[in-house]
Amino acid sequence: MATTGSEQNKAPGSTGGALGMNVRDAIRQPLWLLAELTYACPLQCPYCSNPMDFAKIKSELTTEEWIDVFKQARAMGATQLGLSGGEPLVRPDIIELIRAARDLGFYTNLITSGIGLDASKAKAFKEAGLDHIQVSFQASSEDLNNLIAGTDAFQHKIEMAKAVKAAGYPMVLCFVTHRQNIDKIDEILDLAINLDADYVELATTQYYGWAMHNRDQLLPLKEQLVRAERIAHEYQEQQKGNMKIYYVVPDYYEDRPKACMNGWGNVFLTVTPDGTALPCHAARELPGMTLPNVRDTSVKEIWEDSNDFNRFRGFDWMKEPCRSCDEKVKDFGGCRCQAYMLTGDPAMADPVCSKSPDRHVVDEAIERGRRESEKPTEVAKPLVFRNPKNSKQISGF
Amino acid sequence: MTERVFNADSVPVLALGYRFQWEPMQDCYVLLYPEGMVKLNPAAGEILKRISEKKQTVSELIAELKVAFDGADLDDDVYQFLEEAHGNDWIRAE
Repeated sequence: MATTGSEQNKAPGSTGGALGMNVRDAIRQPLWLLAELTYACPLQCPYCSNPMDFAKIKSELTTEEWIDVFKQARAMGATQLGLSGGEPLVRPDIIELIRAARDLGFYTNLITSGIGLDASKAKAFKEAGLDHIQVSFQASSEDLNNLIAGTDAFQHKIEMAKAVKAAGYPMVLCFVTHRQNIDKIDEILDLAINLDADYVELATTQYYGWAMHNRDQLLPLKEQLVRAERIAHEYQEQQKGNMKIYYVVPDYYEDRPKACMNGWGNVFLTVTPDGTALPCHAARELPGMTLPNVRDTSVKEIWEDSNDFNRFRGFDWMKEPCRSCDEKVKDFGGCRCQAYMLTGDPAMADPVCSKSPDRHVVDEAIERGRRESEKPTEVAKPLVFRNPKNSKQISGF
Repeated sequence: MTERVFNADSVPVLALGYRFQWEPMQDCYVLLYPEGMVKLNPAAGEILKRISEKKQTVSELIAELKVAFDGADLDDDVYQFLEEAHGNDWIRAE
């Protein structure tokens, strides 16, 4: 399954700690390689961060091409590899890719829905060197109800979460939260406790790709968040030293933007199924991108010299109010994709910032979500599910 | 100050999901864990290297470090580090 973009908040490749060195190096190097191995996925989550036109992409990198990308990124100093998608388990060569990545010294993270996983595969992946499996419960509200009710539909995911732990991995569960399930947060956390999870990420939906398309139906209400946050903190306190709970407030409700990707072209490199290299997984949708491809350009050249990766590096590209803002070193002006989606200009301040002249756009989106939530179900806009048919229809190809 | 986790007989081990390795590009030892990395200073690297290589008690670990570092008086530093590392969830006591 695709990530929801929540790792933006989790400081991909974060460095530091009590004994850590400087968080930002003089020489930038990619620390995090997100390999979106395929856009194929058995699920149709309406909050997927894959681009709307994903069904256009036909030509996936081969096994050899992926391993070559891993080698190049590793030689540049990347340590974390995310194997994602789509659903990465759809790739028949997944075990080969895991083995190659681990042999190169990567810390290998498999980001999966658990569909296509079984206990023997979890074990085989471990033997191939997989370090970490994140099982995502990317359920719609109806499915989530099934899950909590313990029906067969989600028994498999629960079995997989257990199999992951039994195979000797830490159990890392990811729940994508939105308006239609966030009120179930206590039940979600109780489930995680029952499963003896080591880490739980309550990943707030971020509004890119399909999630942006469905934003009016997904954006939580303020009162929902206040409650969810209180409950998350209670569980964090209660589970201290036992289960780690990450809870991130949706940025629409913050007054400062997230330090998206820890800065553009700073630590994060995404390679999409067809080999396009991006500074973040949503960046394909920005205007003026040259979209370099690992099939014809080296990763080093893309990282160091391409227009795309240099475009928003550092601070020179900034406009006011970011340019003269003393917080720019902390948040890098927020997210370029969000700035573009909400203001039409990717070089503007991320409009979630209260200093942004466009903050009203975010407030209006929140208000639209509230109005939508008040409509009776039969007249409310239906969720648009992420599948090839909708991709073609909406993107018009 | 919370209670001490380690004594001379406890065996420190890396926490589940943590991996220790040398990173040539960083020119230092690092700890890798799900979606993250900690760069270690040389002292932390020397301690965690030994913890990741073999299971031994804290007193054996200290003895080994003393041999490696010319009999330096490092007991307090090691204990302090172990508690700190435990507080960061990098290691646990067996």
